[in-house]
Amino acid sequence: MVDVAIYLAAGCSGCELSLLDLGDRLADLNFRVIWASPTLGDGKYGRIPEVDIAFVEGGVRLDEQERIVRELRRKSDVLVAFGICAACGGVPGLANLHSKDEILEGVFRKGTTTDNPESIIPQKTVFVDGKYELTLPEFYENVRAVDQIVEVDCYIGGCPPTPGQIEDAVSRIIGGEVGWITTARAVCESCPYELGDGMEGAGRFTKIVSGECFLKKGILCFGPATQGDCGASCPKVNTPCRGCGGPLPAVSDYGAKIVDMLSLLLDEKGVEELGSNYHTIAKLIYLYSMASATIPGRVRKYHVREIE
Amino acid sequence: MNIVGFACQWCAYQAADLAGSMKMEYPESIKLIRVPCSGRVETEFILQALLNGADGVFVAGCPVAECHYRMGNRIARKRIAILKRILPEFGIESGRVEFLQVSSADARRFVEFAEEFDRKIKKLGSNPIRRYSDG
Ligand code: SF4
Ligand code: SF4
Ligand code: SF4
Repeated sequence: MVDVAIYLAAGCSGCELSLLDLGDRLADLNFRVIWASPTLGDGKYGRIPEVDIAFVEGGVRLDEQERIVRELRRKSDVLVAFGICAACGGVPGLANLHSKDEILEGVFRKGTTTDNPESIIPQKTVFVDGKYELTLPEFYENVRAVDQIVEVDCYIGGCPPTPGQIEDAVSRIIGGEVGWITTARAVCESCPYELGDGMEGAGRFTKIVSGECFLKKGILCFGPATQGDCGASCPKVNTPCRGCGGPLPAVSDYGAKIVDMLSLLLDEKGVEELGSNYHTIAKLIYLYSMASATIPGRVRKYHVREIE
Repeated sequence: MNIVGFACQWCAYQAADLAGSMKMEYPESIKLIRVPCSGRVETEFILQALLNGADGVFVAGCPVAECHYRMGNRIARKRIAILKRILPEFGIESGRVEFLQVSSADARRFVEFAEEFDRKIKKLGSNPIRRYSDG
């Protein structure tokens, strides 16, 4: 039996639920969860046991998360970045294109469904009833992938990884594999459609193109640059791939690779079209990997200091 | 100022070389890196250069129909065009990257471009990444 810990950092618990989706087959995984927090159990932060494998889901946005991730690193032999948020920052990493103030304003003051007449914004320290001091986790200026905090042994892509993918990955990790745990085949390889040698344009995904390759039809699909452990689940249901599988193992900057791909496939008119159809190209091509990009977000003072 | 120029070995690098042997001068800020083909310069190389403090980056290749590998310069030109749209989202001015097409015999064109790009980058000031990390 292998002892594991499961921790949810800046993620959505979808990865953990995907693990639970294994149902009965969970019993075959040959591990027992001896510490989990906060979704799967209420493991106390002060009592994290030594484990063989620690699964971290989600990136790091709060000082509390950074502390726990460091603690898990000390207490585990193998640390796994579980899901694309942990591996590359995931969708929450897109926040790096905005400042902390912009985000807090947007969420707590200007949100369309926000009801906050006193205009309260979360603070690190608050006084309750004027006498009890309460400390809340600090909200960092940016989201970081787990390997920007501690050394990571294994990476699993996917938002979330599929149950089958997790089952396979866990046995490979127990078997001692490190790095990206993936078949390393692009999404296109398991996609039923055939990629053409060029794109018709760079349109948005608004028209139905059932039965043909999206790129061929002039709709952006990131299949060629993405790990296809999902079995091309999106194109198979007529949705273009947006890259949640993560970069193919030899690629370090996913979005940059997409730019390379587009500069190859689009003609000059297509490049123009890309610009007119999409006002935030970075948010599209780095949808799941902004935090781990070469330039991991909008250039800001504190931000750049942290990269160094 | 720090400018990195990726120059293809067939045309752009030759043009710069020729400029040198003709004793023409171009700004000292420019550091040329010889590459087999402008199309080989991946987006990530350019981003790395910017991250490491280059104030401007240009990619230079052969004239339109004269790429030694047929399409490399066209790919590079489109790559820069896409990158120019993306950089402002990161808070970096699009003018910091440029594409140049020049023939191996056209030392003058190379020098003119180099001077103009250097002027433009001076006007933009140092790369915001550098500005911030220098304090
Ligand atoms: S990878 Fe997807 S499912 Fe997993 S935590 Fe992130 S957003 Fe949720
Ligand atoms: S639809 Fe997407 S995943 Fe399928 S072949 Fe085309 S590019 Fe690849
Ligand atoms: S097709 Fe792409 S976006 Fe869809 S699940 Fe697979 S990797 Fe993720």
